[in-house]
Amino acid sequence: MSQFLQQMINGLSLGSIYALIALGYTMVYGIIKLINFAHGDIYMLGAYVAFITTTYFGFSFFPAMIASMVVCGILGVIIERIAYKPLRHATRIAALITAIGVSYVLEYTTQYVMGSEVKTYPTLLSSATFTLGPVTVSMQQIYIFAITIFLMIALQLIIKKTKMGRAMRAVSVDEDAAKLMGINVDTTISFTFLLGSSLAGVAGILVGIYYNSIDPLMGMVPGLKAFIAAVFGGIGSVPGAMIGGLFIGIAETMVVAYGSSLYRDAIVYLILILILIIKPDGLLGKNQREKV
Amino acid sequence: MEPILQVKNLTKNFGGLCAVSNVSMKINPGELIGLIGPNGAGKTTLFNLLTGVYEPSSGLIEFDNDGKKVQLGGLKPYKITAYGIARTFQNIRLFKTMTVLENVKVAMHKNIRYGTLAAIFRLPSYYSEEQWVEEKACELLKEVGLYGKRNEQATNLPYGEQRRLEIARALAIQPKILFLDEPAAGMNPQETAQLTDLIHRIRDKYNLTIILIEHDMSLVMKICERIYVLDYGKLIADGNPEEIRNNEFVIKAYLGEEI
Repeated sequence: MSQFLQQMINGLSLGSIYALIALGYTMVYGIIKLINFAHGDIYMLGAYVAFITTTYFGFSFFPAMIASMVVCGILGVIIERIAYKPLRHATRIAALITAIGVSYVLEYTTQYVMGSEVKTYPTLLSSATFTLGPVTVSMQQIYIFAITIFLMIALQLIIKKTKMGRAMRAVSVDEDAAKLMGINVDTTISFTFLLGSSLAGVAGILVGIYYNSIDPLMGMVPGLKAFIAAVFGGIGSVPGAMIGGLFIGIAETMVVAYGSSLYRDAIVYLILILILIIKPDGLLGKNQREKV
Repeated sequence: MEPILQVKNLTKNFGGLCAVSNVSMKINPGELIGLIGPNGAGKTTLFNLLTGVYEPSSGLIEFDNDGKKVQLGGLKPYKITAYGIARTFQNIRLFKTMTVLENVKVAMHKNIRYGTLAAIFRLPSYYSEEQWVEEKACELLKEVGLYGKRNEQATNLPYGEQRRLEIARALAIQPKILFLDEPAAGMNPQETAQLTDLIHRIRDKYNLTIILIEHDMSLVMKICERIYVLDYGKLIADGNPEEIRNNEFVIKAYLGEEI
């Protein structure tokens, strides 16, 4: 039992990181119906930005996190403007292939600039641990979890209660009608990329702290898993991405704990296959029936 | 009086098809104008040109913005909307998955002044603006009689109410000119009568200039002060309802020629 609880806590911290990345996938999909495969690499860059600012400029944790958010957010907007905007009314597959191209550009540019070797992350948070009854919780896990919860609540408030959030939802339902109601669609889409990418930036620094090492290709697998988390929760649904992320994180940790770490990736893909067979819209996806 | 909207030789070609051809109109502030014509005459295309959905192939659209002339041709829709030009749609285009109240709030976007940072940090400006938005949106819903349904999803409203919600949403833009594209389509006679009242009421209350496309001739003849008739993209007549009723070109367009 105590091991189960312990794994639950480990799973929640890993899942928080997946959830932060999954949010970016799901928001971008919701608004322009594009699966942004470069999103995992934005998260990788977030880790690198924090690495550079802390190692070379001596930033502490929170300033480094803000720097990651800002750089990733701006980068997300630039990528959207250069790579995706011209293809907004092209076929979906064209945008999808472009996203894969952007992903490679980011990966190999980073490899060129920073070198392909694995970098060791500086210690940014105290590695103190607390024992709560049968389980041990590290300071890092508390930070990861608290930051994720805070950002998710903030995101929900932005989407539900502010004018930009309303504009985002309006554009995702009917872009043309939104235009005619006085909404600047380009700005709204940029804002969505800004939000999603800055969350990925946070996920980047958190994963650097959690695993202690980063490399230019680190975005691929977590990116895919976060994408699966988004599909699991129902792509396009923000709460779905949060639940999906946590679920995937816990599932992965449990398999490592009780099965074998060999299957840690396999379980995630198995979940994807199952969800596509059983409920292709995902957990919270809307299976809307046309009213006739 | 200076016209609020002046259209000069407006033309729109789709490839070889001339959907709107050399149309000129003058619309004075406060007028209630009808735009009629057989199916496919180019009425909605003309609306789409005036609201920026399409770019004109040639011709000018001049809007009188408090004494300053502005060219609307080729501007992006959200910029045109910002001048105070609102519309409804022939095939209803509400934000289906959002609530009735939110549909109205979305259209107030350009009138909300707080920035994103104010929203994130929950500054007082955010609260005061959001409260104003809420009050204003509720007021508009009362106007069209949908206040009691403000928390329902837009898609669950009956057809006639969806049409009225579209009008409320268009009013939220705080327009000077309101384009109504077949506002009475699919309504029963009782709903049409209510709509007639509503159109009159909002024009007086908000000082609107209203231009409407409609196939229900009893509605058009009853409320419009002036009517433009389009046929095959060309303007074939304009005048008051009495003149239009007796105009031989109009009769020909609708009923065909005498043999």
